[in-house]
Amino acid sequence: MGSVFFLALRRLRGPLVTLICAYAVSVLGLVLIPGRDSAGGIWHMDFFHAFYFVSFMGTTIGFGEIPYPFTDGQRLWVLFCIYFTVTAWLYAIGRALTLVQEPAFRQAVTYGAFVRSVRRLAEPFYLVCGYGDTGRTLVRGLVEWGFSAVVLDQDQDRINLLSLENLPVYVPGRRTNCSDPAALTTGGLKHSQCRGVIAVTNSDHVNLKVSISSKLLSPNLKVYSRSEIHDVGLNMESFGTDVIVNPFDIFADRLAMAVHSPARYVIHDWLTSPVHTPLREPLFPPRGRWILCGFGRFGKAVQQFLSFEQIDATIVESEPEATAAPEETIRGRGTEANTLQEAGVEQAVGIIAGTDDDVNNLSIIMTARELNENLFTVARQNRQENDPIFQAAEVDLLMQRSDIIARHIITRISNPLLAEFLQHVDKMEDEQWATALAARISGVAGDTVPTTWVLPVTKGTASALAIRLYRGAEIPLGVILQDPHESGQRLSCLALLHKRGNDTALLPADDAVLRHGDKLLFCGRRIAASRMRWAVNSADLVRELIESYP
Amino acid sequence: MNLDKVIFAFFIMLAATLNFGFFIGDIADPDHHHRLELYAAIVISAIATVLKFGDQTHLGAVVLAASLVADLQLIAAAITWAIVEHVTNTGLTASAMSSIVSLSGGALLANLISVVLLVIETVMSRR
Repeated sequence: MGSVFFLALRRLRGPLVTLICAYAVSVLGLVLIPGRDSAGGIWHMDFFHAFYFVSFMGTTIGFGEIPYPFTDGQRLWVLFCIYFTVTAWLYAIGRALTLVQEPAFRQAVTYGAFVRSVRRLAEPFYLVCGYGDTGRTLVRGLVEWGFSAVVLDQDQDRINLLSLENLPVYVPGRRTNCSDPAALTTGGLKHSQCRGVIAVTNSDHVNLKVSISSKLLSPNLKVYSRSEIHDVGLNMESFGTDVIVNPFDIFADRLAMAVHSPARYVIHDWLTSPVHTPLREPLFPPRGRWILCGFGRFGKAVQQFLSFEQIDATIVESEPEATAAPEETIRGRGTEANTLQEAGVEQAVGIIAGTDDDVNNLSIIMTARELNENLFTVARQNRQENDPIFQAAEVDLLMQRSDIIARHIITRISNPLLAEFLQHVDKMEDEQWATALAARISGVAGDTVPTTWVLPVTKGTASALAIRLYRGAEIPLGVILQDPHESGQRLSCLALLHKRGNDTALLPADDAVLRHGDKLLFCGRRIAASRMRWAVNSADLVRELIESYP
Repeated sequence: MNLDKVIFAFFIMLAATLNFGFFIGDIADPDHHHRLELYAAIVISAIATVLKFGDQTHLGAVVLAASLVADLQLIAAAITWAIVEHVTNTGLTASAMSSIVSLSGGALLANLISVVLLVIETVMSRR
């Protein structure tokens, strides 16, 4: 703000001095030139009347001669004054208008507005560098979880998109070079409410620079960074970047999980989906030989994970030499029937269209389906704008890269306990266990995906319960799983994790004893969450629940 | 030599000297205080103020403030003059004249501070 104001004043010095001079000369002339009063005597206009006269003369050309009709000498002077003051006004106004239209001035104004809106942020926020598909999904998720965000991107079009986004809170955005440390500081890096920095630009180098600048300038902030190259990822890790997301790895990991262990995949999917997403039933991809189209960085990662899960895959790649594909690779894009036939599409159970071109991926799926209509189809979607055509293609499993990365980061930000739970789920080898868990979750969820919530058993969040536990009462978990509204009924929710200090118990049983300071992770319907919070804060309800617990 | 500085110093000093010229004399005697001098002091002071617009240095900001104070005082003096002459029609009585002159005296003080700051700035500059 300050610099804009000073810039404007500096530019207006000339016009203002001209205006003052025009007025001063005109007034002085009127005072000095003798006039005649009604009786014909010599009369000198005083400063008061002269200033009054010049004031309305300069701005309007329609006036009377006051207080007495002018002499010819006065009229001659007034004639001069009219042209002088009007020109001075036009000059001053013209300069002011030019100033307002100048790009430098406008930039200074928007910069000032941005700095002010960042300074005024009162709720915790994250600094998001890069507003591509991933950045957009991230910002939506952050806002949904009650955080705010500040967006930096080097593309003005994307910043314009941000202002069209219609988010419930105001998210300031600015076109700037993210790798410039000063830009990060103006974006609120040192703001007391800043919780972390998320670097999700397309360039690994920029992300690296953002991470290192943030860690040096504000060592306490959490830094989440995207990195496509493993070396860069290791480099980021070396100076303490908190979460490093390799989109290819995560994406391939999810895809392999979806094929190998659909139940675990669906648990991930449900628990990290935005609220009100319809609950999708788990799909069970057939076991057998798969076809993998595209062997770039993504295809390699998928192949690695697939072979880890002991799934046999035939690779189709248009440039096997350039991508160092294995020898038995079929040459071709996979969009033509003969390539797919060569790859044995009639005998395969599923196909993964994993090239970096959305149109080719769709074409692969359509062609393959014509050759073998029982194929299980998995498509990689690279760009969010292609949503409608991918929806229309009715692919069995649609993997959207930006969506997966954004969810990965948001889960870590919004609900660390959930991230921990999902890690435990990943480690579980037992597919039966995961299938049973998926069935239990869908049992409490209803039509839309379950919400997840954390209940820390402390005075602040569960006052009545915490006080009883503090006094030494022994209360099992099952007590708070009862519905306070309808006695004998259970709340439609499931306890996922019970954390006490460093000890964690997965899926605690009803008779698990609670203690003051424990943290519980639940999933279920929203109504269950609000009823549970209501019950544990009311002394009467806690007593009733304890009495009714068998 | 910086032409901007010359122009600004010229106006600041001219504002101070004109102000002094108007102020000097018997405080209640209208014959000692010419209206043209007050007029010139106002115009020059206003120009000096505008010339200091947009200066981001600390000293520049203080000079601007002092200059604005001088404007305010001088304009108040002019308005008082206009009121006694044209609104209340009491004319330039001794009490009216002394309040006009004392207002301009306040402006003189502010103008002197501006000049002193200008001198300090000159002394402090290395070149």
